[in-house]
Amino acid sequence: MTEEIIIAGFGGQGVLSMGKILAYSGVIQNQEVSWMPSYGPEMRGGTANVTVIVSDERISSPILNKYDTAIILNQQSLDKFENAVKPGGLLIYDPNGITRHPERKDINIYSIAAADEAGRMGLSKVFNMMVLGGFLKLKPIVKMENIHKGLEKSLPARHHKLIPDNEKAVTIGQDLIQPVHVL
Amino acid sequence: MGELRLMKGNEAIAEAAIRAGCDGYFGYPITPQSEVLEYLMAEKPYETTGMVVLQAESEVAAINMLYGGAGTGKMVMTSSSSPGISLMQEGISYMAGTQLPALLVNIVRGGPGLGTIQPSQADYFQSVKGGGHGDYHIIVYAPASVQEMADFVKLGFDAAFKYRTPVMILSDGAIGQMMEKVYLDDPIPRRGDEEVITQCPWASTGRPMTREHNILTSLDLDPAGQERLNLRLQEKYREIEEKEVKFEMLDCEDAEYLLVAFGLSARICQKAMQLARDKGIKVGLFRPITLFPFPKKEIRKIGEKVKGMLVVEMNAGQMIEDVQLSVGCNIPIEHYGRFGGIIPTPDEVVRVLEEKIIGG
Repeated sequence: MTEEIIIAGFGGQGVLSMGKILAYSGVIQNQEVSWMPSYGPEMRGGTANVTVIVSDERISSPILNKYDTAIILNQQSLDKFENAVKPGGLLIYDPNGITRHPERKDINIYSIAAADEAGRMGLSKVFNMMVLGGFLKLKPIVKMENIHKGLEKSLPARHHKLIPDNEKAVTIGQDLIQPVHVL
Repeated sequence: MGELRLMKGNEAIAEAAIRAGCDGYFGYPITPQSEVLEYLMAEKPYETTGMVVLQAESEVAAINMLYGGAGTGKMVMTSSSSPGISLMQEGISYMAGTQLPALLVNIVRGGPGLGTIQPSQADYFQSVKGGGHGDYHIIVYAPASVQEMADFVKLGFDAAFKYRTPVMILSDGAIGQMMEKVYLDDPIPRRGDEEVITQCPWASTGRPMTREHNILTSLDLDPAGQERLNLRLQEKYREIEEKEVKFEMLDCEDAEYLLVAFGLSARICQKAMQLARDKGIKVGLFRPITLFPFPKKEIRKIGEKVKGMLVVEMNAGQMIEDVQLSVGCNIPIEHYGRFGGIIPTPDEVVRVLEEKIIGG
């Protein structure tokens, strides 16, 4: 099993930390992982993205131009990465702020209204974990118990009190995800 | 037993330095390698192992602090990125001339000039052909993973002391910034004074009555003396070329074509190799791990078996010169590069391989 994922959105949406939790969870279940962030000016406002690879084998390139899954959180990222999903691959997007929806017919497309739901529930900080939950419902590449351990590893101890909210968000995200176009 | 962590390449270098028993780090922040200094400052090894961590006022100051520390036989290191390493070249030349051991880390960014903060391999020439003035080389290791970032710290210090020479880890912004699994060795205690004196009889560790002063300098106004030093250096570089070559070969047994790449480019080429093999193209990968000493003999040998080579670098064609010098036979050797912080994609590599080497 090798899963090549791009997660992209605005800086501050938790794109990098979502990828980090996924990567930690992969390490915990003894898989090979790589986490390659965009760094530099785009981190300081503007778009941010991270390539996460989870695999049973030695990982070749940590930088890719085609992905099994794209998790998209803003319009710029959708424009940039829609065509980078492999045929038959998966695109998950949050429709919040999206004016041009994905158009491809050769991939599976799901939407997850996580920004709206998180705002309504007062859980804006863990919006990214709802999206991660949605992804894991479709592709359970890491086990939920390892997400818990991944959270413990990737969050500094002073933030461990937020772990229950994060886990709640993952569960909500699993119910929130909706098919848009399925092959 | 060691320890398994998920770390950035830059952090792995810093942690590996503490665990290798490093005595001192001197550096100045610059993207994309600032995490080395930041990690050390957060870990505070000065409170545990006693390792000095110091932010100098500039790169020029840092390299001269290294010169001083290395002169006392201490295990010292610095890290920077391309423009900062350029500022250090005078000091590196002095250290090579004075035959001082030290570890230098260059997390390369796109140039020339202030350039960009994105990854590049455009400092190959500067690293392997001298960099500063005078006839010298430093040993250059090119890690391709976070694991190797950690492993080459201890390896680098060992080689630096074995040959009394500066050693460089030449990496790039992508490997510095990305996280992978890394197995860290158990910590080695820092050497005590007695151990340093025994290991480094050449160092300025205080003169006992049993010997003359140790004088550490690269200056000898007598040309005959300076020529003797140069001959000693050249003898040392020949020995390094004989004994310290490292490389990796992947899927070369049945390969008709060869990709040659180091560091991050080699990772991209691994993916390209898989894509090409899916298309039925028999391609292998040759990855030099030491850039100086360059694996001349090994690449010459494999050059006799393949129909053509594509050298992939994040520069305009630098290592390709060493490949061409090494391969004796008449096969096509072409270059593919992206510059200024752009990373070649695996698809591009396959396309160029098909166009320039297989179709060409």
